[in-house]
Amino acid sequence: MSPYLPILLIILIALVIGGAMSALAHFCGPRNQTAAKKEPFECGVPNSSRREKMSVKFYLTSILFILFDIETVFLYLWARVFKTLGWFGVAEIFVFLLILVVGYVYVLRSKALDWD
Amino acid sequence: MDLFYFELMAAVVKMCVILAMALQLPPIMVWIERRAGAFMQRRKGPNRVGLFKWRLWGLLQSLVDTIKLIFKEESVPEDADKVFFHLAPVLSLIPALLALSALSFGNYIILFDHEIPLQLINLNVGFLFILGISGMGIYGIVLAGWASSNKFSLLGSLRASAQMVSYEIPMGLSLIPIVLIYNSLELGSIVEAQANTWQWGIFLAPISFFIFLITMFAETNRAPFDLAESESELIAGFHTEFGSSKFALFYLAEYVNMFTLATLCSILFFGGWQVPFIPHLKLIELLGSHNLASFIGFVTLLLKSAFFMWLYVWVRWTLPRFRYDQLMKLGWKFLIPLSLGNVFVTSLILMM
Repeated sequence: MSPYLPILLIILIALVIGGAMSALAHFCGPRNQTAAKKEPFECGVPNSSRREKMSVKFYLTSILFILFDIETVFLYLWARVFKTLGWFGVAEIFVFLLILVVGYVYVLRSKALDWD
Repeated sequence: MDLFYFELMAAVVKMCVILAMALQLPPIMVWIERRAGAFMQRRKGPNRVGLFKWRLWGLLQSLVDTIKLIFKEESVPEDADKVFFHLAPVLSLIPALLALSALSFGNYIILFDHEIPLQLINLNVGFLFILGISGMGIYGIVLAGWASSNKFSLLGSLRASAQMVSYEIPMGLSLIPIVLIYNSLELGSIVEAQANTWQWGIFLAPISFFIFLITMFAETNRAPFDLAESESELIAGFHTEFGSSKFALFYLAEYVNMFTLATLCSILFFGGWQVPFIPHLKLIELLGSHNLASFIGFVTLLLKSAFFMWLYVWVRWTLPRFRYDQLMKLGWKFLIPLSLGNVFVTSLILMM
């Protein structure tokens, strides 16, 4: 049996559970909607919801994440064949980490990681 | 019987066990959490709801709460994105269940002359699959915040995603020394390599364990890193607008994620299903039965992860919450350099 078949099974069962729970609440719960209930839930603040524009910091964080995460995955490949590569691999990864650290210091110095 | 159908049947049975584990986890954990919180704050906590004349220390409180949640009115905000609003809880449940079923819960058992490993999803990429899938849990949170069209939800979901994304890097980096030491990505063979108790990950890679423990709390948005749902600032964070059973689904996903990471921690650093000081092979010899030894291993693993689940609760009621800039500073400026240095030093020591 393919090892990927259980993944499909789990996705299906999760969809069924999620759908069933949502449907159960939909049919079991009372339904009397009022205008106030349909508004966004806030504590006394004037109702100004809609989609707000958010700080660009979050965007920057996600861009940096992509860079560093790809590098992490790359390190996994090296870690798996570490014993066979020997000192050659260590030297290579040292160069790789050096470049990574230069990039990291650049990010640090340009204050991309500072939250004010 | 055809081998394919046999394996399919085994997979379905394993899936049922995993589902049972996942579904009974939140009620018990919520009860433990409330009772422990009460105990630590000198209150009584929920102690009434029981069965007929037995109170059972309020154990059935969560069950009653679940029923209550199902019978609550389901309200959808008017300008919510309807499709994503209904989809978001399910989207956070799918990765949680997938990651849970990729764990290795024990050695294989022998049934009808077939070896059945106690692991539902056994891919050759091993725990990289778990890391990748738990990263996908962010989608549910982001969509939940986006779809409810509430600025507190949006802020909460952005915070949660930025936090999970930031702590995923140190988490990934902290597990590289484990791969270096045991030379494998598959959870089963990592546990087999930890037969000797002094070969456990905690003794061979203590700094990795330290980093992993911190990121474990941050990845599941638990205190002291629960900025995503800090009640005093954001009402309830990304699930502010979610009521009734959708809220229950988010809760389920959160607790399943916690259990997955707790179990992963005990597999990688505490010998998984190896009983302390008794290697698994010796256990089989002692008991004379393969299946019994596997079962004892399974129970051992559950006890180990129960300790980490308790640690979650313990830390939650002990430590105050971080500030958001402190959280990002800890992740990017402390944990990432530390874990990079840890990878390099571990590789040098192993080469010596």
